[in-house]
Amino acid sequence: MDRATVESLRGGNSRAVARAISAVERGGVEAREVIAALFRYTGRAHVIGVTGAPGTGKSTLVNEIAKLYRRRGHRLGIVAVDPTSPFTGGAILGDRLRMQDLAGDDGVFIRSMATRGNLGGLASATSDTIKVLDAAGFAIVLVETVGAGQSEVDIAKNAHTTLVVDAPGLGDDIQAIKAGILEIADILIVNKADHDDANSTVAALEMNLNLKPKAENDWRPPVLKTIAIQGEGIADAVEWIGKHRAYLESNHLLESRERARLRAELELVAQRELMTRLVRGVNGSKIEALVEKMAAREMDVYQAVEKLIGDTHS
Amino acid sequence: MADRPIRVLIAKPGLDGHDRGAKVVARALRDAGMEVIYTGIRQTPEMIAEAALQEDVDVVGLSILSGAHLDLFPRIVDQLKQKGMQDVLLVCGGIIPDEDIAALKKMGFAGAFGPGTSTQDLAKFIREQVAARRAGVTT
Ligand SMILES: Nc1nc2c(ncn2[C@@H]2O[C@H](COP(=O)(O)OP(=O)(O)O)[C@@H](O)[C@H]2O)c(=O)[nH]1
Ligand SMILES: [Mg+2]
Repeated sequence: MDRATVESLRGGNSRAVARAISAVERGGVEAREVIAALFRYTGRAHVIGVTGAPGTGKSTLVNEIAKLYRRRGHRLGIVAVDPTSPFTGGAILGDRLRMQDLAGDDGVFIRSMATRGNLGGLASATSDTIKVLDAAGFAIVLVETVGAGQSEVDIAKNAHTTLVVDAPGLGDDIQAIKAGILEIADILIVNKADHDDANSTVAALEMNLNLKPKAENDWRPPVLKTIAIQGEGIADAVEWIGKHRAYLESNHLLESRERARLRAELELVAQRELMTRLVRGVNGSKIEALVEKMAAREMDVYQAVEKLIGDTHS
Repeated sequence: MADRPIRVLIAKPGLDGHDRGAKVVARALRDAGMEVIYTGIRQTPEMIAEAALQEDVDVVGLSILSGAHLDLFPRIVDQLKQKGMQDVLLVCGGIIPDEDIAALKKMGFAGAFGPGTSTQDLAKFIREQVAARRAGVTT
């Protein structure tokens, strides 16, 4: 990435930002070059994750939250992740449909991302996309993901504040919210509070929170009601995001969480890189030979791995 | 470097309200392995160009039924150019009279697909055109 492109990106030029995101999404050398040029300018944005089951109203909520931040003068980046079809490799990315109010505002940059069926890679692509938006000077970066498993939990680790969105009528109480997802919530939102049974969803979530043991100074996630399509409860949600940020700051948690996140990222990328190099360095026939030995019960998996790694390193 | 999936923006400019056709196309292109950004109805030329830019798409597909294409499409092409997106592949579909097709081609549309087009043909057309463009430009 040349000097001029970096400067134009830092000035918020949409084309430069868009192409840098495409590069980090592709991964590989191109992604490395972009991150090498931009990393020093990152670490400023407040990253807010928004996750929850499909149809709970995440995109609508993101639209409303973004509008409120805009009124306060903040520039925003939005990343909306949707699943790639495992059968065709294609995806329909429809989150912009609910974010039309933000169109025509050059203080907002929206990017849709498909998961591209690559779990570890997705976490990296998302985290690198956040870096690009951060370097481009967006003070707030909102990341919408479908709360459906480990990859979303990994993505959520990039956020300073994570909103988990539920809605009434999605089936049994909080069944829609998977256990692991509840764990990462800093703020719980029951959207579609215009429905009658919203209160029982709130009660179910509260009960679940009460089951979790708490140390004295721990953050207790509030359970908030919103009606995103009517813009109701949004100011409250944004106020709680601010409170959570203040909590992180006053307890020096921003620094410690940043380090935990960097360590996790280091481990993740190192793992992937080691794997790639290992596989590249070993010819297929060698792996086949080890598999044969395992099949014949002459070697167990640990011995085979020892042979595999030992040989490439000596 | 492996090519990324083809990214397509499907938008419906103008004021006519229903988007059944556009959604069918979006799903068909998804099934053909593409990433389809769907922005829905009532899109202004500015909104379409902005979305194409931010999403860094390879293709912009416009669907129109209102007959306003000769009015709206030049404004969209113009907006795309202003944003530096002149290389994007432009296709359109919906209700477009044969006699307008020459004008659309001149405007920069690579293809115009009427209601009778099979979605397979559309996907094939897009795939070939994007492959040619990717081979042509070295970025
Ligand atoms: N009744 C009601 N519907 C809502 C509310 N918020 C969003 N919706 C609708 O729920 C559907 C899914 O919303 P969307 O934001 O796309 O959900 P996502 O899949 O979680 O991103 C849309 O039809 C929205 O209009 C709400 O507060 N009340
Ligand atoms: Mg959504």
